Amino acid sequence: MASDPRANLKPLSLHVPEPRFRPGDVVDFSDIAVPPAGAGRRPDSADNAATFTELAYGLVRVLDEEARAVGPWDPRLSPDVLRRMLRAMALTRAYDERMFRAQRQGKTSFYMKSTGEEAVAVAAAFALDRDDMCFPSYRQQGLLIARGWDMVDMMNQVYSNRGDRLEGKQLPIMYSTKAGSFFSISGNLATQYPQAVGWAMASAAKGDTRIAATWTGEGSTAEGDFHSACTFAAVYRAPVILNVVNNQWAISSFSGFAGAEATTFAARAIGYGIAGLRVDGNDALAVYAATAWAAERARTNAGPTLIEHFTYRAEGHSTSDDPTQYRSAGEPTAWPLGDPIARLKDHLIQLGEWDEARQAAMDLDLAEKVRAAQKEAEKNGVLGHGLHQPLDTLFEGVYEEMPWHLREQQQMMLDEEEASGRPWARK
Amino acid sequence: MNMIQAINSAMDVMMARDADVIVMGEDVGYFGGVFRATAGLQAKYGKRRVFDTPITECGIIGVAVGMGAYGLRPVPEIQFADYIYPALDQLVSEAARLRYRSAGEFTSPITVRSPFGGGIFGGQTHSQSPEGIFTHVSGVKTVIPSTPYDAKGLLIAAIEDNDPTLFFEPKRIYNGPFDGHWDRPSKNWSGHPGGEVPTGYYRIPLSTAKVVRAGEALTILAYGTMVHVCRGVIEEAGVDAEIIDLRTLVPIDIDAIEASVKKTGRCMIVHEATRTSGFGAELSALVQERCFYHLEAPIERVTGFDTPYPHSLEWAYFPGPVRIGEALKKIMKDAS
Repeated sequence: MASDPRANLKPLSLHVPEPRFRPGDVVDFSDIAVPPAGAGRRPDSADNAATFTELAYGLVRVLDEEARAVGPWDPRLSPDVLRRMLRAMALTRAYDERMFRAQRQGKTSFYMKSTGEEAVAVAAAFALDRDDMCFPSYRQQGLLIARGWDMVDMMNQVYSNRGDRLEGKQLPIMYSTKAGSFFSISGNLATQYPQAVGWAMASAAKGDTRIAATWTGEGSTAEGDFHSACTFAAVYRAPVILNVVNNQWAISSFSGFAGAEATTFAARAIGYGIAGLRVDGNDALAVYAATAWAAERARTNAGPTLIEHFTYRAEGHSTSDDPTQYRSAGEPTAWPLGDPIARLKDHLIQLGEWDEARQAAMDLDLAEKVRAAQKEAEKNGVLGHGLHQPLDTLFEGVYEEMPWHLREQQQMMLDEEEASGRPWARK
Repeated sequence: MNMIQAINSAMDVMMARDADVIVMGEDVGYFGGVFRATAGLQAKYGKRRVFDTPITECGIIGVAVGMGAYGLRPVPEIQFADYIYPALDQLVSEAARLRYRSAGEFTSPITVRSPFGGGIFGGQTHSQSPEGIFTHVSGVKTVIPSTPYDAKGLLIAAIEDNDPTLFFEPKRIYNGPFDGHWDRPSKNWSGHPGGEVPTGYYRIPLSTAKVVRAGEALTILAYGTMVHVCRGVIEEAGVDAEIIDLRTLVPIDIDAIEASVKKTGRCMIVHEATRTSGFGAELSALVQERCFYHLEAPIERVTGFDTPYPHSLEWAYFPGPVRIGEALKKIMKDAS
C-alpha cells in the first residue's frame, strides 16, 4: 500500500491575532517604533504615488519631545492659528465630556466621545476650505466644532428634541449639515468612502474647485466599500482625501483584526496607486501639514491621498461600551504619542505664546460655554421628555412626495394615538 | 424602436436636456453596453458624462450616491440584476435612507438601470427577478416597463424623479414581445403598438398602471415580460380578462387595481420571481384587504418556483402558458 505522501508534514496552524495586553496586564509600549519628529521627507504634492513607500511605512511627525516644531512638514502656522486650533480641540473635549454625562443622566440614549483623537478632526478642518465636503464617520465631531458650527444645533440632534433639524430621525451623533459641508452620517460603516469619491468625481467632472475628504476607522478598512472607494479614487484620480483613523481599537477588536499585524494602513494606498502618508495623529501640526499637502495634491488634479492617522482611542467605543472588559486600563496613559491637546498646548507655551494659567482660564471658559449651550438646547427638550417632534413627521422625507400608502399609515397612526389617549402631542 | 433603442433614446434625451445627467457602469462607455443600451452616448456626450467603471457594484452605487449628493443626476447601470447584491448596502442603507435620515438635506436622485428576468437560458445568475427585495425597502421606487414606448417614458420620468429608482428592464423582451411560446419563432417590436416610440421628450408618470386589455371576467396583475405572456394565454383561451400592467411596483397604483378587481371579482397575479415573500404576496394582501367582499374566488398567484433559476429546466420553471392556463381554469371554475 502506498504511503500517505503528507504523513511527514507538520499540521497547519490557524493564526488568530491577539492584542498584547488584556485587562490586568502591565502595559509596555516601548517597542512601538516612534521615529523622531522632523525626520521624514516632504515630497512634492504632485509626486508619483509609487514613490511613497517610505512615507507609508514611516510616521510624519512635527512636534518633538520638547514640543518644538521641527522638520520639513512644519506648517509654520501663526501663533494665532495655533491658539484657535488648540481652543477647538479643547472645546471638542469639553463638548464630549458634557454629552457623555448627559447620556449617563438619561437625557439621551447614546453618545460617542472622540477623546484623544481631537487633532485628527480639528487640524484637518483647519487645513481644508470651509466648503470642501466632508464625509465623516461618527467620531469626527471636531470637524463641526472647528468649523464653528452651532453647538446648540449639535446638542439638539443628540437630544432628538424639538430643535433637532433631523426631526429625531437619527441616532444621537449622526449629524448632518449641508451648510456646514458635513455629509449625513450613516450607521453603516465605510459606506461614506465611495460616496466621498463620487462627490469628488462630480466636482472634477463639473470643473469645480472644491475637494472631498472622508474618514473611517482602521477597523472599517476591512469593509468592501474601502476597497471599491480606493479603486475608484485611483482610476479617476478623484480629488479626495481618504483618512484612516487608526485608533488601535474597533470596539473590542484590536487593529490586528483589520490587518495591522502585517502592514500599515497607509501602505494599503501603494497597491492602489494612491499617495499614502502615515501621520502622528496626536500631533496637530502633522495632521494639519499632511491634510494641507493632500488638499493641494487634490486641488491641482494630482490625485487622491490616503492618510493614516496613528492615534489611540483613549476611552470606550461608546456609552454602551466598557473597555476595561477587553484591554488593560493602563493603555491610554502609556500611549507613546501622548495627548494631542497637551502636546499642542506645550508647543504654544514653548513658543512663549501661551501659559498654563491661560490654558486653565480657557478650559473654564469653554466648560461654561458648553454648559450654557446645553441649557439652551434643553429648552427644546431632551429625549423622551416632551417637546419631541410632531408625530406625523415620522412619515415625512421617505420620498419627496408622500405616497398614498404612507399617507394611509400616517392617518392610521394618528387615529390610533387619538383613540389611545396617550400623551404624545400631535403638533 | 425596440426596447434597447427606446432606453438608449431616453438617456440621450435626458442627457441633452440636463447637463447633470451622467451615465456610468461596467462596459457602458466606449463599448456602449453589453446589451447596447448606451451605444453612441459616450461619443455624443463625452467621457466625463458617460464612462466605464471598475467591476464593483458597491462602488458604482456608492459613487453614484456621492455624485447625487453633489447635485448630479446619475444613471448607473448594473449589468445584470443578478449582480446587484454587492450594492445592496449602498442601495438599502444609503440611497433609500439619505433623504429621510438627513430630513431632506441630502437626496439620492439616482436611477439604477438593470436588465432582469429569465426566459433566455440565462441560468442561475442571468435570469433572476429580485424586485421583491427592493419593494420591501422604504425610500426607493421600483419601475418595470413592458414595451419600448413605456420603457422610454418611464425611464425619463425615473431620471427626472428626485427619489432613488430601480429601473428593471425585462431583457427577454428587449428585442420583441414574448408570449411564452419559446418553441415558436420570436417576434420583434415592429408592428406592435408599444414599438411606436417618439424620438423626442415625453414622460409616463411613475405610479400609474396601465390597462393593457379591458375585460370583465377576472383581473390579471402583471409586469414586464409576463404582461405579454398573460395576454397570449388570454387570447388563446378566449377569456374576457382585464390585464393590468403595473409598471411601477412601489409606490403602486392602488386605485387601478382596486377598481378592476371590484369590477371583475377575481384576481390572478403573475410574476417570474420566486413565490415566497415575492411581490405577488404584497399584491395579494392588498387585494384581499381592499376587495374582500367583491372576491368570488381565492386570489391566484402564478410565479417562479421557490428554487434558484434553473438552466436546462427553464421552461418548466418559467410561469408560461401551461402554468397560467391551469391557474386560469382554477380561478374561473365556479364562474357561471
